Amino acid sequence: MQTFSVWQITRHIRGLLDEDAVLVNVWVQGEVSNLTKAASGHWYFTIKDAKAQLRCVMFRSAAQTVRLKVKSGDEILAQGRISVYEARGEYQLYVNHIEAVGGTGDLYRQFEALKAKLKAEGLFDPSRKAPIPDFPQQIGIVTSPTAAAYQDILNVLRRRFPLAKLILSPAPVQGSEAAAQIVKALQALNRRAKVDVIILARGGGSMEDLWCFNDEGLARAVAASRIPVISGIGHETDFTIADFAADLRAPTPSAAAELATPNQEDLRMDLDRLTSQLDDLFAGGLANQRQALRQARQALAYASPLKSIQQAKQQLRQGQSRLHRTIRQDMARLDEILTSRIRALEAANPASILARGYAAVRDEAGHLIRSASQVRRHQRLTVQLHDDRIRVKVEDQ
Amino acid sequence: MNDIEKLSYEEAWRQLESIISELESGRLSLEKSVDLYEQGQRLSARCQALLEAAELKIRRVDDDSQP
Repeated sequence: MQTFSVWQITRHIRGLLDEDAVLVNVWVQGEVSNLTKAASGHWYFTIKDAKAQLRCVMFRSAAQTVRLKVKSGDEILAQGRISVYEARGEYQLYVNHIEAVGGTGDLYRQFEALKAKLKAEGLFDPSRKAPIPDFPQQIGIVTSPTAAAYQDILNVLRRRFPLAKLILSPAPVQGSEAAAQIVKALQALNRRAKVDVIILARGGGSMEDLWCFNDEGLARAVAASRIPVISGIGHETDFTIADFAADLRAPTPSAAAELATPNQEDLRMDLDRLTSQLDDLFAGGLANQRQALRQARQALAYASPLKSIQQAKQQLRQGQSRLHRTIRQDMARLDEILTSRIRALEAANPASILARGYAAVRDEAGHLIRSASQVRRHQRLTVQLHDDRIRVKVEDQ
Repeated sequence: MNDIEKLSYEEAWRQLESIISELESGRLSLEKSVDLYEQGQRLSARCQALLEAAELKIRRVDDDSQP
């Protein structure tokens, strides 16, 4: 078996510690004891808890940066690396930073640690984020109703989207009980059937004021909420674990209220647009129908039997007028014939012959005398002239 | 057809949107498009009325009467 010198084995141990991934940078919490601030500027002390203690050294360059007034008995957080002080054969914490427990640095570290843990779990994954509804009918609000933030939210909602019903689920937003109360308030809203979106809000404050929103249980409750959660915590620059867990993070409570709702001015414009679109579509549809109807009527008129009826009527009219013409001509001709006959007839009338100076001679029996041989001497005859008769006696034969 | 006067803003709005896309598709009988148009007008009026009459209502979660 190999034999080591003390230095060799101490070097070996030191090598093991120096290579350790945890020991190269650790935060250790404990109570300060035996604090010695040497003339050289280095600090030597021990931190301990109920079960163990740890030697610490803080070199001047690091000790100079400590603002905290450290004294024995204080509970502190010390950050540094663990290594071996070979000359004394002691492992110790070579301290870079000291912070008070619960101080800003401590909170920040807890914040980062929790954030990293939950992020690794996938609690903040975008795929987990629920969409925020366009038209929430019921908006749950988790906040303190006495806070200014609550009034800010109400003002925004009144202005933007007074159609929504608000369900206040009150909870304190500061102090040791706040996180648990907020979780209950979230759960109470989740038990209601109709809440569409939850606003989780708190006004601005210090990191300590907002601390309850960095609670692990609260972050999980936010992530687990069936109803989408919009967080509006503190000011624009404040980020809390609840913000990361929320489905949507708003920079402020008022902004959360805005993100939760449509703006009624936009709604009015959208409604006007949609309504006139409806009118246009309908009017356009009607115009198309009218156009189609016009075309159909034209086509129908073109194909209509009316046209041939018109033609037939036309032909009929022409035929009728030809017929009339013909009849008129025939009548004229007949008229002419008739007139000439009448004229001939008149010419044949004995009265008219008598009028021209002729005379009709009859014997006493009334027989017309046509020849001189029909009469004898002294026979009495009647001579009919056109105006009257005269009686005559034949003198000679 | 459900009673338009009972619709929420969102419901009325969604129906109005779907009527418009139906009208946009064309290929509707005249009768059908007149029906849709009238319905659209009523939905639009419903939305308008809701906006005019809106007043923020607030209750507490521990209020027993469910809305």
